[in-house]
Amino acid sequence: MSAQRRSADVIVIGGGIHGCSTALHCALRGMSVILLEKDHAGRHASGVNAGGVRQLARDVAEIPLSNASMALWHRIAELVDDDCGFTCDGQVLVAETEADLEDCRARVDDLTLRGFHHEELIDTKELRRLVPAVSETCPGGVVSRRDGAAIPLRATQAFKRKAQNLGATIREGVKVEKVSQDGGNWRVTTDAGDFLAPRIVNAAGAWADRIAADLGEPVPLEVIAPMLMITTPMPAFIKPVVIMRSRKLSFKQFGNGTVLIGGGYSGTPLRDENRTILDWRKLATNARTVWDVFPIMRGVPVVRAWAGIEARMPDDLPVFGASARHEGVYHQFGFSAHGFQLGPGAGAVMAEIIATGASNVPIDGLGITRFTQQAH
Amino acid sequence: MKAVTAIDQLAESYDLVVVGAGPAGLSAAARAAELGVNVLLVDENPAPGGQIYRAVTMTPVTDRNVLGTDYWRGAEIVARFERSQASYAGSCTLWSIGPDAAVPEGGGFEIGLSLDGRARLIGARQLILATGAQERPFPIPGWTLPGVMTAGAAQIALKSAAIVPAGRTVIAGCGPLLYLLAGQLAAAGAEIVAVLDTTPRSNWLKAAAALPNFLRSPYLAKGLRLMAKARRSLRFVGGVTGLAAEGAGKLAAVRVERGGSITTIACDTLLLHQGVIPGVNLSNAAGCAHDFDTVQHCWVPRLDDWLTSSVPGIAVAGDGAGIGGAESAALRGEVAALSAAHRLGRFDARERDREAEPLRAKLVRALHGRRFLDLLYRPAPQFLAPRQDETIICRCEEVTAGQVRDTATRLGVTGPNQMKAFLRCGMGPCQGRLCGPTVVELIAEANGTTPAEVGYYRLRPPVKPVTLAELAALPQSEAAVKAVVR
Ligand SMILES: Cc1cc2nc3c(=O)[nH]c(=O)nc-3n(C[C@H](O)[C@@H](O)[C@H](O)COP(=O)(O)OP(=O)(O)OC[C@H]3O[C@@H](n4cnc5c(N)ncnc54)[C@H](O)[C@@H]3O)c2cc1C
Ligand SMILES: Cc1cc2nc3c(=O)[nH]c(=O)nc-3n(C[C@H](O)[C@H](O)[C@H](O)COP(=O)(O)OP(=O)(O)OC[C@H]3O[C@@H](n4cnc5c(N)ncnc54)[C@H](O)[C@@H]3O)c2cc1C
Repeated sequence: MSAQRRSADVIVIGGGIHGCSTALHCALRGMSVILLEKDHAGRHASGVNAGGVRQLARDVAEIPLSNASMALWHRIAELVDDDCGFTCDGQVLVAETEADLEDCRARVDDLTLRGFHHEELIDTKELRRLVPAVSETCPGGVVSRRDGAAIPLRATQAFKRKAQNLGATIREGVKVEKVSQDGGNWRVTTDAGDFLAPRIVNAAGAWADRIAADLGEPVPLEVIAPMLMITTPMPAFIKPVVIMRSRKLSFKQFGNGTVLIGGGYSGTPLRDENRTILDWRKLATNARTVWDVFPIMRGVPVVRAWAGIEARMPDDLPVFGASARHEGVYHQFGFSAHGFQLGPGAGAVMAEIIATGASNVPIDGLGITRFTQQAH
Repeated sequence: MKAVTAIDQLAESYDLVVVGAGPAGLSAAARAAELGVNVLLVDENPAPGGQIYRAVTMTPVTDRNVLGTDYWRGAEIVARFERSQASYAGSCTLWSIGPDAAVPEGGGFEIGLSLDGRARLIGARQLILATGAQERPFPIPGWTLPGVMTAGAAQIALKSAAIVPAGRTVIAGCGPLLYLLAGQLAAAGAEIVAVLDTTPRSNWLKAAAALPNFLRSPYLAKGLRLMAKARRSLRFVGGVTGLAAEGAGKLAAVRVERGGSITTIACDTLLLHQGVIPGVNLSNAAGCAHDFDTVQHCWVPRLDDWLTSSVPGIAVAGDGAGIGGAESAALRGEVAALSAAHRLGRFDARERDREAEPLRAKLVRALHGRRFLDLLYRPAPQFLAPRQDETIICRCEEVTAGQVRDTATRLGVTGPNQMKAFLRCGMGPCQGRLCGPTVVELIAEANGTTPAEVGYYRLRPPVKPVTLAELAALPQSEAAVKAVVR
């Protein structure tokens, strides 16, 4: 394998789940690929996230992409030769009040009319069957039964390894400094020399706005640092992942008994230092929610808390698809704290678009033009 | 000294917070307070003393000969601290260090403390981490059997509760503390059936060059005394190259390899010890840069002459800054205090330097000959990276040496942080304190690199577990409450 390779059909910038998945799917289609990653694959959001593989409660604009991804998650071992620790016990959204439940009903009805059937309204009895530990007063919720969870860094590295086995060149510790046009090619300038390809994919996560700006397509990307906490092991008491309708919470017990607590509270990201600062006062609010909803958790020690560096777009939707300005440039970033589940499918769709110019999976509403139109 | 016995007695903020009430922390806090600095000393133990002087003010061991004169010297250090104006919170655990968002760049820290089941966040303009050393992990086959523990754990039980290990006891490993402890336990009435020394014979050659210096060092007399005493009064077995604990559900014997021959010694307690290394969990989680010290063969925080770390405002003193022993710990504590006091504006650089001069001279003397000990007692490779695949190296997650080797070679995992994703080692409640050094060693060996190249775990707060209830009761921030509404 050529570690010295300098040009290819496609250069992918960024070795998160998205970059690695796109590299893999491009390789599967017979394209030559170079992936450039400044740290190591999965070092950032893709390696430290909550691992939630969730279709539940997604914006309708990304449901088709999420659907495509879910199909791949369910045969993930076939795709990447590793099960990625994927388990499928469903995800449940809990309504705390009748008003919450009314919103849930309206949502499920709307999805049904659009032809999506993965979300199912449940009453208090089914909620208690699925989540026995939940506070008695909750009147019901929504379940997405094919949802689950996986192990983030392991999954990302599995995609990387499989891409590599199929001939993709993965260069870790190589930082992209600039992209520019060079005849029919894109010249990708890095701290390890230049690379050339007719097509480039910007999958640089929280740093993707810099690449986009280089390309004359500035985007209003916000760098965020979602935080998570994990406890010591508890006796098994909950199978599905739980989220809530009107409070920030994401709650899950692993097979080994430890409980993961998150929900999108953000610390302070320092992206130039690859570092984050936790905000314990917000984590305290997170803990408070668990205290209210799962009384069984009150005495449990929290052993670890961390945050990852992630890109958020103003509308909480990714930027996905071809550049609006340049031939051969593709964007795949801005996953706004819920892009792990999308990784496998987004890579497949991106490779299809690169290879054929189009995809059967609708990605309307995710294009970069929604930000760049006003800018010009 | 002003005793803080409940969490709400803490001030909102202190000029200086010192973590750890061993010789380093006690000296640092006393010196800073003597200079008029508003200082808080916290320690998770109920009484001051640290490892060496653990429980010196309240130990039930009254026969002074059992713990030795060095131990009782701790009483003076504690007494000096008690005469000072410093605040002291015992049984108080520090679980997080972050920048204080309320003050501009590098101007202060927000620390998380927990006392008596309640947590609080308070401010600290400067920090001195004096959290000391830990025993180097020493995984051998069978070391998780009941009846096997570390020598340090046995010493803690002795100092704080006058408890002596039950039945026939074997002590195994290497380093000066091994002999010290064997002597202390024997004096306290333990039935020590053998002292098994794993110091590699080849180390004598490597250490020889450092011998002349050692011969003039304060360690010499003390060391010789300890060694002579242990050898004279106890069954001493040198040149041990392999160890395994055996027994069905409970320790019954220890299997001893010396070169080619194997013997078995029946015992009820096996105490393991392979020297001490700086405890880096807190400085690591606080974001301080660390380097691999090839002589002491361990990770140490990167510090300047004033013991300040790569994070402005955080200093590390005592054995946490590199193993140097109790005397140097106390001296380094004072140096760190002078430097913190200077940064807090108590006096100018000239005065600081002048005050530090005699301390530095004593420090050189105290550390004289250290290199010889470091080279001589460097553990043998087979104890750093256990050979037998089935040896458990991470107790929290029950990960074996074979699994780590396999993940490193077959899956090409090059660092301990990636290893976590596959094996979860380092993700249990001890946060890698017990497996970290071994995991690094195994990866380095499997990939043919060095520990320095492999790197270490990136550790996450809380550095010590804090309960969900304690967190839930922390004062809420306005931003967090708003976020809920969004
Ligand atoms: C198990 C063990 C036993 C030892 N016994 C001896 C001995 O008998 N004789 C000898 O010469 N040397 C001994 N040593 C070496 C020894 O530790 C010293 O040289 C000396 O105690 C170092 O002093 P120090 O002030 O740096 O740290 P220490 O004396 O270790 O003090 C550190 C203190 O920090 C506290 N601490 C740590 N983390 C936190 C936290 N997050 N929050 C609050 N408090 C915290 C600890 O409870 C401890 O009291 C021993 C080392 C170990 C690991
Ligand atoms: C704490 C947390 C919890 C989360 N929980 C979930 C969840 O439960 N479910 C879910 O679906 N999603 C979740 N997410 C979101 C998910 O992790 C992200 O959306 C997803 O990982 C984004 O993948 P990515 O490949 O776009 O970005 P990243 O993983 O950040 O990858 C981008 C990579 O690009 C590299 N890069 C950047 N600039 C350059 C350059 N100039 N040169 C070379 N390389 C460069 C970076 O080093 C980085 O490795 C969570 C996120 C966080 C932080």
